[in-house]
Amino acid sequence: MSFLTMTGVHKHFGLNHVLRGIDLEIEAHQVVSLIGTSGSGKSTLLRCVNALEAIDDGEIRLDGDRVSGRGIDVDSLRTQVGIVFQSFNLFPHMTVLKNITLAPRKVLGVDADEADARAMQLLARIGLAEKAKDYPDRLSGGQQQRVAIVRALAMEPRLMLFDEITSALDPELVAEVLNIVRDLAADGMTMMLATHEMHFAREVSSKVCFLDKGIILEEGPPERIFQDPTEERTQAFLKRIIDAGRL
Amino acid sequence: MSESPYPALVSPDRAPKRLGRVLTYRRFAVISLFFPPTGIPAVISSLKASRLARQGDIEAARLRGERAREWAWYSVGFGLLVYAVAFVAYLMLVKGGSVRRVNFNWNLLTTRKVWSVIGEGFLLNLRVFAYSAVVVLIWALIVAVVRMLPGKQCAPIRWLATAYCDVFRAIPALLVIGIVGFGIPKANPPIIGGHSDEFYATLALVLVYGAYVSEVYRAGISSIHWSQTAAARSLGLTYGQTMQHVVVPQAVRRVVLPLMNDMVALQKETSLIYILGGLDAINSARFINNSRASFTGYTVAAIMFASISLPLTRLLDYFTKRQHRRMSGGS
Repeated sequence: MSFLTMTGVHKHFGLNHVLRGIDLEIEAHQVVSLIGTSGSGKSTLLRCVNALEAIDDGEIRLDGDRVSGRGIDVDSLRTQVGIVFQSFNLFPHMTVLKNITLAPRKVLGVDADEADARAMQLLARIGLAEKAKDYPDRLSGGQQQRVAIVRALAMEPRLMLFDEITSALDPELVAEVLNIVRDLAADGMTMMLATHEMHFAREVSSKVCFLDKGIILEEGPPERIFQDPTEERTQAFLKRIIDAGRL
Repeated sequence: MSESPYPALVSPDRAPKRLGRVLTYRRFAVISLFFPPTGIPAVISSLKASRLARQGDIEAARLRGERAREWAWYSVGFGLLVYAVAFVAYLMLVKGGSVRRVNFNWNLLTTRKVWSVIGEGFLLNLRVFAYSAVVVLIWALIVAVVRMLPGKQCAPIRWLATAYCDVFRAIPALLVIGIVGFGIPKANPPIIGGHSDEFYATLALVLVYGAYVSEVYRAGISSIHWSQTAAARSLGLTYGQTMQHVVVPQAVRRVVLPLMNDMVALQKETSLIYILGGLDAINSARFINNSRASFTGYTVAAIMFASISLPLTRLLDYFTKRQHRRMSGGS
């Protein structure tokens, strides 16, 4: 049994049929990249995994447990599945430290000192220990996104979802964020990334999925998807990326 | 260059606009003469600007023109102020100073007894304000959060909260105080019967202002971008925890200004307790007025209300500015 299994997942937003039958299996410690045009369903797919969106049909299982449909404990699911958003979404009224310790304290019941100590370790690891007492608006975009990653990691999740986490960043800030993801991959974190960073996807992924109009049109190891795509739409997509100078 | 059916993106060279004009603000300066002390330098500067422009000294002319505009604005501001003060002074002096004698009777204004009687009444207003303000701020938040509960299972409780808001915003506060303050004690039902006027006035104000203030909170809560909720929920926080730690704290910061606005209004509305016959500032003032054949009592009461409201407003502005400096908003 795979670590994460999605079978026949459908999702509608009103009349808009966003996911049209997604089947996907992810093994523990795999890094899976989702590529495809805007509106192909990458973000929605990620948001369904941690139940930020409820699916309309199909099933999602995490380590054997059903995590979609009625009667599931979404809050405990989300303690195991972290997500990082394109727009950081730090809490602007809290210091960096409080942003990180809020969930461990309130959800896991870790006591304040312990949560602070752990958060400081994580901040030190990403080189932002001296920003602990600052409010998020004092940080650059790259710094904010690194804090957002650490905020998710503080819950010690078993699966991390990254939703276009560098798309809102100035180009020179992208690397510092991707380096953290790279380190996580090296440490064996299971991850799903929706991304437009093709070089990075190629380098870090164990599997790449090309999404088109709500289905996974083609999936496989990165070398094959990027060098030898079989589907016409995948070829067209990659050609546009190359024309834009991004691959 | 190839022939294209579309218009060019860059238009061909065209004659540059004349940028050498001098603004003399002549008409504005002349109008500002309605307040001569500062209107005169405005007109003089404006004339000088024209003359300098004619002599070809464009730079100096522009500076003069700018000066003319500044003087003209000073004129408008000072002028309005001086004329308003003059009008009030005129009212005080006409008809042998009758306005002054009736409303600002110096003997009464300097009588300690007048201040102590009305001041004692005002303490009742302050008590009602203090209790109702605290209860309103909590109660309204509860109502607002209930109105925003998600999901169809919460529809009945949402409707309940909505109905409460609609009803109590639809009835004048004066009537609510009358109904609560006269109707309930007269009927004397269990639990809510048998309390003081002060209690009923406070209850009525809480009911009315709770409805208004909950709308302020609701506006604040809905102004917090859903991505904040998504971020909090994705960390495993429950809906309640998300509200408590993430949404409401940000929402309240955003609406302190309108919130305090309602508090200032509430402070003044405590005066409605006078219809129940309680000895508040207004009834005490009426008592003074009747015994001295003057309306100066009202003036004293007005000064007391203002002495609370005005500092409150200033304090609020100060805090708002400070907060803006410290934390410049969310996403």
